[in-house]
Amino acid sequence: LRTFLILTVDGVTNGFIYAIVALALVMIWRATRVVNYAQGAMGMFTTYIALYAISHGVTYWLAFVIAVSAGFVLGAGIERLVVRPVESRPALNVVILTLGLLILLEALAPMMFGGQVKSFPAPFSRVDLSAGGTQLFVSPFDIFVVGAVLTAMVGLLLFFQRTTIGLRMRAAAFGPEISRLLGIRVGRMLMLGWGIAAALGALAGLLIAPAIFLYPNNMDEVLVFGFTGAILGGLDSPVGAVAGAILVGLGLSYVGGYVGSDLETIGGLVILIAVLMVRPQGLFATRRHRLA
Amino acid sequence: MTSALRLPRSTLLRHALFFVPVAALLIASTYLLSAFWNYNLAEVAIFAIAAAGLTVLTGINGQLSLGHGALMAVGAYTTSLLLKLQPGFPFVLTLVAAIVTTGLTGGIIGVAAARLRGPYLAGATLALAVGLPQVAIHFGSVLGGNQGLNVASPQPPASLGASFPQEQWLAWIAIIGAVLTLFLLANLVHGATGRTMRAVHDDETAARLAGIDVGRVQVVAFVVSASCAGLAGSLFAYWAGITAPTGFGLQLSLQLLSAIVIGGLGSLWGAVWGSIILVVLPVWTSNLAGSLNLSSDVTNNLPLAIYGAVLVLAMLVLPRGIQGTLVALVRSAHHMLTRRHLYQRTAEADL
Repeated sequence: LRTFLILTVDGVTNGFIYAIVALALVMIWRATRVVNYAQGAMGMFTTYIALYAISHGVTYWLAFVIAVSAGFVLGAGIERLVVRPVESRPALNVVILTLGLLILLEALAPMMFGGQVKSFPAPFSRVDLSAGGTQLFVSPFDIFVVGAVLTAMVGLLLFFQRTTIGLRMRAAAFGPEISRLLGIRVGRMLMLGWGIAAALGALAGLLIAPAIFLYPNNMDEVLVFGFTGAILGGLDSPVGAVAGAILVGLGLSYVGGYVGSDLETIGGLVILIAVLMVRPQGLFATRRHRLA
Repeated sequence: MTSALRLPRSTLLRHALFFVPVAALLIASTYLLSAFWNYNLAEVAIFAIAAAGLTVLTGINGQLSLGHGALMAVGAYTTSLLLKLQPGFPFVLTLVAAIVTTGLTGGIIGVAAARLRGPYLAGATLALAVGLPQVAIHFGSVLGGNQGLNVASPQPPASLGASFPQEQWLAWIAIIGAVLTLFLLANLVHGATGRTMRAVHDDETAARLAGIDVGRVQVVAFVVSASCAGLAGSLFAYWAGITAPTGFGLQLSLQLLSAIVIGGLGSLWGAVWGSIILVVLPVWTSNLAGSLNLSSDVTNNLPLAIYGAVLVLAMLVLPRGIQGTLVALVRSAHHMLTRRHLYQRTAEADL
């Protein structure tokens, strides 16, 4: 039971980080029908910016804000400068474009910040808590991760459901033509969407870095698992993406703990294929005409 | 004049008339190249085999695969394991074994993939690319773990003389493999199978209404494509001299995909152009980076940065890839020429 608890906590914590990447992917997918393979690399890059700021005497929290804002600017800039010109082109071209961005960012990071593996500070202790002599298998940092992700999710939900801009963004993603006729500046909404998604990616980068260290392709696996989670849940459903990502986190943790840590990713693959065979559109997708 | 130059009716014969001289020319050119460039030529040929296979799957049949590197790994490990267990196994049979096992693997994946579309297929194959190399680590006692398996280079036959260079022999093998693969694929693509594949790509519903078994066509495309990846993987094992998980990471899969898109999606020529770029660009950029006298962090990563930038720029500037742009150029040149003729003719008529 002890191992089971440890693995569950581990799985849920990682799952929440995958969930935020999955959410970012779903946001961009719903808005522009693009899977942004550079999502992870963008988060890696902003984490390097945070570390650079910290090493120059900035506090963790200010660096945190800097990284998330940098993510927003990076995302919005990429949408405006390179994604928009290729939007009407075949889908595969956009795939290659984001893969190119991924490679470019992973090469630029070591050129600018140095290539060696770096440790990244955690704002809270990563030692497990204990209450009255019984160990709880949860560290303050784990709680912070889950709390930060939940805050971001609730914030997003409120933003999309309760604000005018949120409504406009949903409209722009749902029906660009009609939205344009109604006076919504669709291009600007897409830029905003990419910005928010990249800010989420930056958050994921900051939260995972203390555990897996910081190096140019440290986010590759996070992206793959976030993507797996998003697909598991259905790319059109934000709730599904979060649930799928937590499922992936748990699944990987159990496979790694009970079967063998080498087989973690293959375990994830088996789960993914098994689910997709039964439900090719993911667990939470509503059945309707596919748009892409 | 045209009747004297008329090409044979049979596609098979016409392709043979093209591919046989090309193979002879390429093999002759290996005598002029240095050992370094022969080695690179072999790499181009190997990538061209895998990329051509991926072109059939992604470019012609429309199924996106981010996991072809993993299929190459299946081929490479089949060959390496055979040689480990039976060191004297005939060379050609190790290639055939790799093609068969990878083709079977591709068939299994293809059955699963036939149910998936767009990003869902991309995600499943992406997981394959990341997950499969881990199998080699888990079963380290058989597959060599992180160290990998060593593969002895194929020895040139004695009839070529004792001093025949190793690299040149490797280049010959790879060239023959690539030309043979491209020949077979060209026939496939221009025949009935290619037509049904294109029909499935263009409109699945229409293809189904026309009586095409869409799922079957998709599985066939996967098997063909995987078999090519298997041959490429097997040759890659001989080329590299070692088969290790790090050689078949996600990067390899992404490189193959980027090669066929930059080269020109949907055309076998595109696969060849893309493979050339894949090999030659890093050679140039690392020479350039080395000559600039920068810090090692910059020098080591500059080629990768340039590669990424080329991908982004190519998609912005050359959306149809090299082959698509070449075709468009030839067409517009042809158009201009014929128009000039027209003008002349009407001018003469006016006189």
